[in-house]
Amino acid sequence: MEREKVITTDRLTKRFGDFTAVDAISFEVEKGEIFGFLGANGAGKTTAIRMLCGLSIPTDGKATVAGFDVYRQTEQIKRSIGYMSQKFSLYEDLTVRENIRFYAGIYGKSNRFIKDKTERLLLQLHLQEEANKLVKSLPLGWKQKLAFSVAIFHEPEIVFLDEPTGGVDPVTRREFWNMIYEAAEAGITIFVTTHYMDEAEYCNRVSIMVDGRIDALDTPRNLKQQFEASTMDEVFLKLARKATRAGE
Amino acid sequence: MKQFLSFVKKEFYHIFRDHRTMFILLGMPVVQIIIFGFALTNEVKNSRIAVLDMAKDEASASLINELEASRYFEIEKYLLSYQEVEAEFKTGRIHMAVILPQNFSSDLLHLNTAQVQLIADASDPNMANTLTNYASAIIMDYLERITDGRKLPYTIKTEYRMLYNPQMKGAYNFVPGVMAMVLMLVCTMMTAITIVREKETGTMEVLLVSPVQPLKIVVAKAVPYMLLSMVNIATILLLSVFVLDVPINGSLLLLVLESILFTLTSLAFGLFISSVTNSQQTAMFISLTGMFLPTIMLSGFMFPIENMPGILQYISNVVPAKWYYIIVRSVMIKGTGLATVWKETLILFGMLLFLLFMSIKTFKIRLA
Amino acid sequence: MRTLLFLLQKEFRQIFRDKAILRIIFAIPMIQLIILPQAADYEMKNIRLSVIDHDRSEYSRKLVQKVTASGYFLLNSYTASYTEAMHEVEEDRADLILEIPARFERTLVRENEAMLYMSINAINGVKANLGGAYLRTIIQDYNQEIRLKWLQQPRFSPETRIEVTPTNWYNPLMHYKNFMVPGILVILVTMVGSFLSSLNIVREKEVGTMEQINVTPIRKHLFILGKLIPFWILGLVVLTTGLIISWALYGITPVGSFFTIYVFAAVYLLALMGLGLIVSTYADSQQQAMLISFFLMMVFVLLSGLYTSIESMPKWAHYITYLNPVAYFIEVIRLVVLKGAGLHEIRQQLLIMLGFAVVLNTWAVLSYQKRS
Repeated sequence: MEREKVITTDRLTKRFGDFTAVDAISFEVEKGEIFGFLGANGAGKTTAIRMLCGLSIPTDGKATVAGFDVYRQTEQIKRSIGYMSQKFSLYEDLTVRENIRFYAGIYGKSNRFIKDKTERLLLQLHLQEEANKLVKSLPLGWKQKLAFSVAIFHEPEIVFLDEPTGGVDPVTRREFWNMIYEAAEAGITIFVTTHYMDEAEYCNRVSIMVDGRIDALDTPRNLKQQFEASTMDEVFLKLARKATRAGE
Repeated sequence: MKQFLSFVKKEFYHIFRDHRTMFILLGMPVVQIIIFGFALTNEVKNSRIAVLDMAKDEASASLINELEASRYFEIEKYLLSYQEVEAEFKTGRIHMAVILPQNFSSDLLHLNTAQVQLIADASDPNMANTLTNYASAIIMDYLERITDGRKLPYTIKTEYRMLYNPQMKGAYNFVPGVMAMVLMLVCTMMTAITIVREKETGTMEVLLVSPVQPLKIVVAKAVPYMLLSMVNIATILLLSVFVLDVPINGSLLLLVLESILFTLTSLAFGLFISSVTNSQQTAMFISLTGMFLPTIMLSGFMFPIENMPGILQYISNVVPAKWYYIIVRSVMIKGTGLATVWKETLILFGMLLFLLFMSIKTFKIRLA
Repeated sequence: MRTLLFLLQKEFRQIFRDKAILRIIFAIPMIQLIILPQAADYEMKNIRLSVIDHDRSEYSRKLVQKVTASGYFLLNSYTASYTEAMHEVEEDRADLILEIPARFERTLVRENEAMLYMSINAINGVKANLGGAYLRTIIQDYNQEIRLKWLQQPRFSPETRIEVTPTNWYNPLMHYKNFMVPGILVILVTMVGSFLSSLNIVREKEVGTMEQINVTPIRKHLFILGKLIPFWILGLVVLTTGLIISWALYGITPVGSFFTIYVFAAVYLLALMGLGLIVSTYADSQQQAMLISFFLMMVFVLLSGLYTSIESMPKWAHYITYLNPVAYFIEVIRLVVLKGAGLHEIRQQLLIMLGFAVVLNTWAVLSYQKRS
């Protein structure tokens, strides 16, 4: 059965002067998939994500996200995606509830919707006690889980996660991935970058970027077979070693 | 020592890589000197006035000519009626109206007495005062000319000398003030903010766990700003001597040494601020209210201290810039030596020690 | 529209939660308004005088008495020589030296003319000018008294005279504060409008929330409006508090209408925040934004005519003031508060300010888009 494609790119390229940050990448992501987007620092992951999110206009190639064109329909794209970056993105000087309300509000959700869903979410995250505390006072793991929940609060088609679990303890990372699975089951496509190779094993499919190009793209199992490796870690090291470009 | 130097080097990299900041820090004194030296004068010239000449006779015409010819006044408008005076004032186009009544010539000839009315816009009282004085003087000169300079009996003549600044340049007053202001800005505000920034971004902790003594780290952050200040002082002095023609009458060495003393005091203040705050905005807030405003308002360079109410005069004593300003004015403009400024120097030195002591103490408490 | 409400709600929450910002917005302006007019007082009084009286006659004593009785001068010391008096000036204990030569009285009576010598510390030019002028006026009055005494005859004026009657409008008591307070008010509004709005946006950049906002479907102009409106309102609140303080503390109430002041202030704040936005799009860090705004403010305030008249400036500086929004507002607020000018009289300045607002904000929006 052919599933719906939510992201398609065709020779997508971004150049900064002489430097080609992203070099003609082509891939497709299906609806409800957890797509791992791997690569060493400086391989061009962040630039690629920025193009897909409508933050940066490509130099060449084609791409659609949720059926919208990345050149002309960035505003429609922004309506259909969620985004969570490596830098913590909630307002520290607002409370948990205020942050949820603010972000839901700017996506144009109705007050009724916001109110009901906020209560459910707080319950789910066990944050009822902290609902009216400043985000600043929460531990990092909670902040990250909250940031993820906020990123999918408006029920986007796709959510982009840029190293979402950096600096988080293993237990919380586990919980975080459980949330990702739940979201995927609810039909949200997950596009995630990470440096943790065990996390790569959780993905449906994984792409590995080296020097701006996608050098490998398949399910984790197939990749391990293809590179005759026992773990994703080995796969990654084999590929990353070929890189000529220095890390950041 | 080697570690210390490598820290200093790191700080220099931070500063030099930020071109905008560098540009402003080094350009600020130049711009200030140019503005203060050339643009800001309390001298009154080309002041726009309006004339209501109801006489329209020979004497009134020649008196108006005299006014027009002086460099103090520029006749913006000739009015036709008294009612127009107010309208002109309200648009802010004129500062004074000169009104010559009917029969000005004949009054002067036959009654020996004629009237002139000067209406000044006293919303700026000093301007009004000065304009009235100038206009009166021109009228008196005119009178003396038409009466062939007949002398009055029992005349007391006055002769006056303007000491230190015969051309009445604003620069003499402002240059020392600008020096204090720039040093305060670079040393206190910038130092405080950079140290607090490291706290905010968390890099301070990384530095603190390194084997270098904490105090050295903090001092290393201050060194580049100190050197930058020296560059600024040199710029200001060169500009004032060669561009503004403000001489250095006293000893240059003494001037430089006193400036170093003040720089250190400002740095110590910056360190103190950084040790009691945790956010850049708060650091800026404290430097602005605690240092910058008092420097402008209470050091005596913009506004004379002796005019202030007692309590402000009292407060002005704790503003380091006040003492530095007195020192620079004495050494640079009046040309006096350490003999006249030893008291001020001691006060600054005391402030320096106090601030250093306080910041080291709070710094230690923070670490503990 | 609803999005804008969410943005505004967020901004106001953040502002009211940040004690430091609240202090910057309210405490600093109030302190300035209370202290600055006291400090920025160019009404000369207490000029310190050192007298060298070589004559020690009745006339010289009377002269000194008259000078000290005027209220402008404080007799600091009688010195025996000029060197001694100079020392007083060097030590900053005297501002002005009055030297009465020996045989002053005799020369005046016998030779019909006598000299007095003044030396004025002119490092501060204004003070020197005014001090000298006051002293000369007092001496002239004294001269007139002596003449009247010697020319006992019924006064009919043999010599031709022109009587000059000066009148001071709008501020007959010549209070310097009436001049300064409205100007300071403008500076306060300016600080809130430019500094804070630019710092606020740069902070979002530094913390990283800006990135998050950029991937949401918020329209750029809405986001900018959401940032501007709170500071626009705060600026007007500061203006209001300032007007209340100037009334309560200094008894200054506008001769013109509040309406005129608020109309102009509203447009002015808009222009200023455009400037703040431009600064924020070009600055990478809060430190940079602070420094740039500080630098701009310094130039604007110095060249605003707050302390020194714009007309006396050289041509090039004069041209700069045409581009200085602060100068326009200071001129306008003084016109309205002291002279009662209405919208009709300030229409030209208002139009120029509207122009500033349009140009600066367009520039800001364009550069904001390019940079993100």
